[in-house]
Order: sequence, then structure tokens, then C-alpha cells
Amino acid sequence: MTTTTAPPSSAAAERRPPRSRTVARGLPLVPAVVLLLVFMAGPVVYSVYLAFTNEALRGEGAAVTSLVGLDNFATALADPAFWNSVLLTLVFTLISAVIGQNLLGMALALLMRQSTKVVRAITGAVVIAAWILPEVVAGYLWVTFLAEDGSLNALLTGIGLPAQDWLVSVPIWAVAFANIWRGTAFTMLIYTAALAGISPEIRESAEMDGAGPVRRFTTITLPLLRQSIATNLMLITLQTLSVFGLIWIMTAGGPADASQTLPLYMYEQAFSYGQLGYGTAIALMLLLIGALASLAYLRLLPKEDKQ
Amino acid sequence: MAGRRRSPGLSRRSLIRAVGGTLVAVPWLAACGSAPDPNTVRIQYQQFGSGTVMRDYLLRVVQQLSSQRPDITIELVPLVAAEADYFTKNELMMSSPNVTPDLVYEDTFILKSDVAAGYLRPIDELVRDWPVWDELTAPSQRAVTYTDGKVYAVPTHTDTRALWYHTGVFEAAGIEQPWQPGSWEDLLAAARQIKERVPDVVPLNIFSGEPQGEKASMQGFEMLLYGTQTTLFDEASQKWVVGGQGFVDALQLIQTVYTEGLAPSLGDALNPNIGDTIYNSWLPEGRLGINLDGSWISQNWGAGAAGEWPEWWPTLQLATMPTQHGEPNPWAPGEVDFVTLAGGWSWAFPALSTKTDLAWEVLQQMMTTENALSMALADNQVTIRADVRAEPDYQGYSPTIDFFTDLGENAIYRPAVAAYPEVSARIQAAMGQVMTGGTTPEEAAATYDAAVTDLVGPDQVVEATA
Repeated sequence: MTTTTAPPSSAAAERRPPRSRTVARGLPLVPAVVLLLVFMAGPVVYSVYLAFTNEALRGEGAAVTSLVGLDNFATALADPAFWNSVLLTLVFTLISAVIGQNLLGMALALLMRQSTKVVRAITGAVVIAAWILPEVVAGYLWVTFLAEDGSLNALLTGIGLPAQDWLVSVPIWAVAFANIWRGTAFTMLIYTAALAGISPEIRESAEMDGAGPVRRFTTITLPLLRQSIATNLMLITLQTLSVFGLIWIMTAGGPADASQTLPLYMYEQAFSYGQLGYGTAIALMLLLIGALASLAYLRLLPKEDKQ
Repeated sequence: MAGRRRSPGLSRRSLIRAVGGTLVAVPWLAACGSAPDPNTVRIQYQQFGSGTVMRDYLLRVVQQLSSQRPDITIELVPLVAAEADYFTKNELMMSSPNVTPDLVYEDTFILKSDVAAGYLRPIDELVRDWPVWDELTAPSQRAVTYTDGKVYAVPTHTDTRALWYHTGVFEAAGIEQPWQPGSWEDLLAAARQIKERVPDVVPLNIFSGEPQGEKASMQGFEMLLYGTQTTLFDEASQKWVVGGQGFVDALQLIQTVYTEGLAPSLGDALNPNIGDTIYNSWLPEGRLGINLDGSWISQNWGAGAAGEWPEWWPTLQLATMPTQHGEPNPWAPGEVDFVTLAGGWSWAFPALSTKTDLAWEVLQQMMTTENALSMALADNQVTIRADVRAEPDYQGYSPTIDFFTDLGENAIYRPAVAAYPEVSARIQAAMGQVMTGGTTPEEAAATYDAAVTDLVGPDQVVEATA
């Protein structure tokens, strides 16, 4: 009772740094946070406010702005065009990010690990070139490739296959493929870095135990990459949900809204129809979808990876 | 111990971060504070692609002014944008005192809407004693007068619409000339004959769909709708018309031409720059048979224009746009069996500008008879001014000017109410839906009716009687 020599949970004491050190660690963030507050806090708060108003760009509604509560959200939920956009956004994200970009990036990273230095350098350069091209240029390149008199149709008719206007007949696929082409480099880089972190000994010992390439991939590489995969999926999902420029250049959401994902719907409502309040409400809902997707990915991770 | 070892590193890093952050932030803050020069007048207008007509005109005015008023600086602010984007940019700029122009070029269809939004200021006191005001035609004065009875802009010119056809294509297709269709069926018959006999030519262009903006509504849909028994807006009750058969029929015609291959391919039709393609390549090269378009388009081919084409007349000829079955037009003033819509542009004064007096001075110089005349000739305008019309240089300045000026007497004007631009956007959406063939005209019309009712309120719409 009198002698309590045992230090109060020594492990915890060592893990928790002194308070002064925690504060010092946060110091480098201060300028960035100040900048964010100065330049972003106003617009962010204002846009949340706008979502609950009937702010308009033109017409009688533009002179007086009043609070309308949840009207904008109710209008959106009752509008078939909104649901069309939600569905297209999900399809676009699924095809482009979750399936296309993710699998292709993984395949490229795996192949590049096996290949020679020269092949690796050339492939890396080509893939990354697609990524660093400005969005507008990439979009225009894809228009010239897929248009009715574009190079894809020239190739197809060259080998006797019928041509079609891809941007009109399968617009959502066209923009999804363009986005895969553009985004794969990002995923490839993440996976290349993650693969480099797996020590070769593990692979060698698995090889010695007689595991084939497929078995090695499913039982060693995949589990070890779990965290990188979740991070990658989360990042590319958020990026893809908000893709605007590429689709705007290629199809402008058309024909007849067949590729009008939520960002384009939002733009149309806010700037073509002048309904700024309603457009902002859509933006908030897009944010919500992104948040839900992030939560879903976090839940997919086993507990020990979340820390 | 570990803490002590690390802390110097941390503070050095945070110092670098702090300094770096400041370096980035300072120029930004400085840029925010720059005040507009009190002697600079900013004139904002839309620049059509590579066109320089407006710039040349304004530069000439600047030159004239520079001797009389050397203290005024004029800054030209051309917005190079597709039509709908121009209006949006314009409105965004007029809504901020930091970037508002002092004089702005506005299509009269959007003017009322911008007045309702509070972007523009009334100029009754300025125009009251201005001699040029009395030279303007009555419809053009009405076009810039809001429902409160005040004048909000100075109109510059008007325009009318008709069918332009290519004589070379018609010859190849074996269609008798001069050609004048008497009904929509005649128009379709000609387009079908071109498609059959000259397969590599686009038979007929009717601007359609959202990417074409107001072009689609006015040159396209309304040229059809006002040839039926249905109107867009009931002037007597001041309500929007829904549920009209004519609306469905007009959409049906759009669907027919686009799904039968009588119109440009969807890829071309939905390209916002199809206008440039038509004027600079399709018409000069004889790759388009019939174009439903405005009076001004020959400005693309005049001497000095980017796509100079001296043979445009008589290669291109004109016909009026018939009513649906050739019946008398119920909506046009006078007894006619054709449809033409008239629009127009104007100079307006943003409410947030503090330099309206200077801008007014500049505008007066821009509007002298001589300057207005030279602009009318360069821009292929149909004038609304008695003094310009009386000038010998104006009369017959272009082979088409008499035709289009005459049409003006029977022209229909768009609903002069604030909601029109938003209703117009819904019309473009309905056109877009039927173009692909995926939606029937009835469904698209029903969607339009619902959207308009939602937009203006159920008490502002009325069921069509026919």
C-alpha cells in the first residue's frame, strides 16, 4: 500500500509523448491551416449556406435570396434526372475507377516488377504521360480517337468492321475508358511503391514451398497490399466521382443526358439554368456520396489495419 | 531525451514551412486589393470564335475618342465563349463590384431576366434628351423596356430568320429552283430528295439541343412552333402555354430529321461549334443543302472575314420558313403563311458599375450615325434606326438585306418576360431528348410541361386550346 514502485503503466507512458512535443509536431501545419482558413473557410461555409437557399443567377429569383430549408434536396430526390445522374456516376466510377483503373494499374505494376529496366522505363514514361497531360488535351485526344470520323473508326473500317459514333452510341463507356487511360498511372505508381515494400525473401520462401504465381499472388501479395489497395480505391473513387473536365470536353453530358454524371448535372443546374442554390445542394450530396464510399472502404479493412 | 534530440529539426522545418507559406500568401493578398481605375471604361462583349467585327468597330470608336477625351481609357473585355456560357459569365461578372464591366452587350432575350435579377440600371434620364432615341423603331424600344416601364438598354439592331439553300446541292439533287417550300412536308420532301440523290451531303440543318444554346430555341424550335396552332406564351393572360399539340408536332419534326438522317450526325449536331463548321466549311464546300438560320450569317463570307467567300451570293439563295401545313400564320403580325422570329442586341449598363456617366459618353460615340452604319454593314445587321436606313450606303448593301428587312414587318418576338431564358433552356433539353430517338415527342413535351410548371409556378401556366 505504501510503496507503489510500479510505474503507472509504463508502456502507455512511453507511447504518449510529452504534451509540448505534440504541440511542436503540429506547428508545421499552422501555415497551411491558416491559408486554408483564410481562403477556403469562407467559400466552404458560404456554399453550405447556399445549398439551403434559392439563390439564382438570373431572373426574378436572383434579386432576392431567401432560405428555403430542405427544398433543394427534396426537389433533387424527386427529379428523375437527378437519379439518372446518380446512377451514371456510380456506373462511371465502377467501370472507370474500381474495375478499370484499379485492375489495370495492378496488372501494370505486377508486370513491371518482372520486366527489364528498359521496358520498365518506357512503359512508365508512356503511362505517366497520359496522366500528366492536361485534362482538356486528354479529352480532345479521345474525341478525335472516338469521333465518327476518328481514328478508331478508321482502324475498324480498315479491317472490315462497321464504324459507329462511339461518343453517341456508348457515351458513358467512352468517357469511362478515357478516364481509365488517364488515371491508370496514379494507381500503377501506388501499387509499384507498395510492391517494392514486400521483401523478396517472403516470395522466395513461398516459391521454395512450391507456391505457383497465382497462389503467391492471392495468399502473399494481396494480403500484404491490403492497405495500399484500400487507400488507392478510396483515392481514385473520390477523384473519379468528381471528374468534370474530361466528360465536359468529350460529350458535355450528352447526348440527351446519357453521360451526365453528377458534376455535370450540378453544372447544368447551376450555370445553364442559373439555379445556384440548387446546384450547390447537388454538390453537397456529391460530397455525401464520397464520404459514404470512404466509410465503406474503411469498413472493408480488417481492424488491425485501421490504426 | 528523444524529444530533445528531435526538437531542433522540427523547429527548422516549421520555420521553412512558415516562411514558404508567407511567400505564397503575400502576392495573393496584394492582388486582392487592387482598385479599378476611375477613368477606365470596361466594355464587355461576346467574341464569336475568331471574329473581329466587334473589336474593329470598338477600336475605331476608341481612336475617335482618344483625341476628344484623352483622359478616358477604354478596356475591351471580349468573352470568347459559346453563347450560353457568355450570358453566364456575364451575369457572374455583373454580380461583383470588383469585376463588373461598365458597358455590356446583351441579347434582348436575356435582358429582362438580368433586369429582374437587379444587374442593370434604368437609363430613362440618359436617353430622354438623346436625339438618336427617336430614330429607333417602336418594337426595338419595347424590347429594352421592362415591365416597370423603364428603359434598361440601348438597342443596336435586329435580325430575322429564314431558310438558306445551296443552289449547287439543289441542282445535283434535281430540285426545281427558285425553291419555296409551302409546308413542313415540302421541306422534308426536299431534304429526302437530297439525301437520296446526293448522299454525301447533309440535307438540312436545324440547330437543336442544349449545346447550341439559344440558337436551338430560336432558329430551331421556335421557327417550327410559331408555324403551328400552339404558341409558347399567351400574351393575353401573360401565362406560359403547356400541353399544346403544336409543341409535340415541332418536336416530332426535330425527331424525324435527326433520326431519318436528314440532319447533321448527332456528334456534329451536339458540338457547340457546329456553327463555325457550317459557315467556314459545309456551306462554302457545298456539303449542306438547307440551313435554317439568321439574317446575319453572310458576315462570315464578306471581304476581310476569316472565311472570305465572294461567291456566297448567288450560290446561296433564300426561302421563307413555311407554317406547318401552309396555313396563315396565327401569331405573326400581318397576313402571311411563313414564320420568322426577330431578336436583337443592345448595350446595357450594369448596376454595380460606378462609371455609368463615362460609359454613356462612350456609347454616344459608338452610336453616331456613321459608326452605327459601318457596324451594320460589317456585321450584316438589319437596322432599327431611321437615320441608318436612310443612308444610301445601307440600301441594298448586301444582296440579302432587303429580303430580311422586309421579313421584319411580319416578325414574331420572343416572350419578353424574365423567365424566358430558363424556359428556353428547357426547350433545348426537350429537343436533345428527341434527337436521339430514345424519347417520344409526347414524353419530351410532358417533361417540358412539368419543368416549366415547376419553374414559373402552376398559376403562371395555361393549357393550350389547340
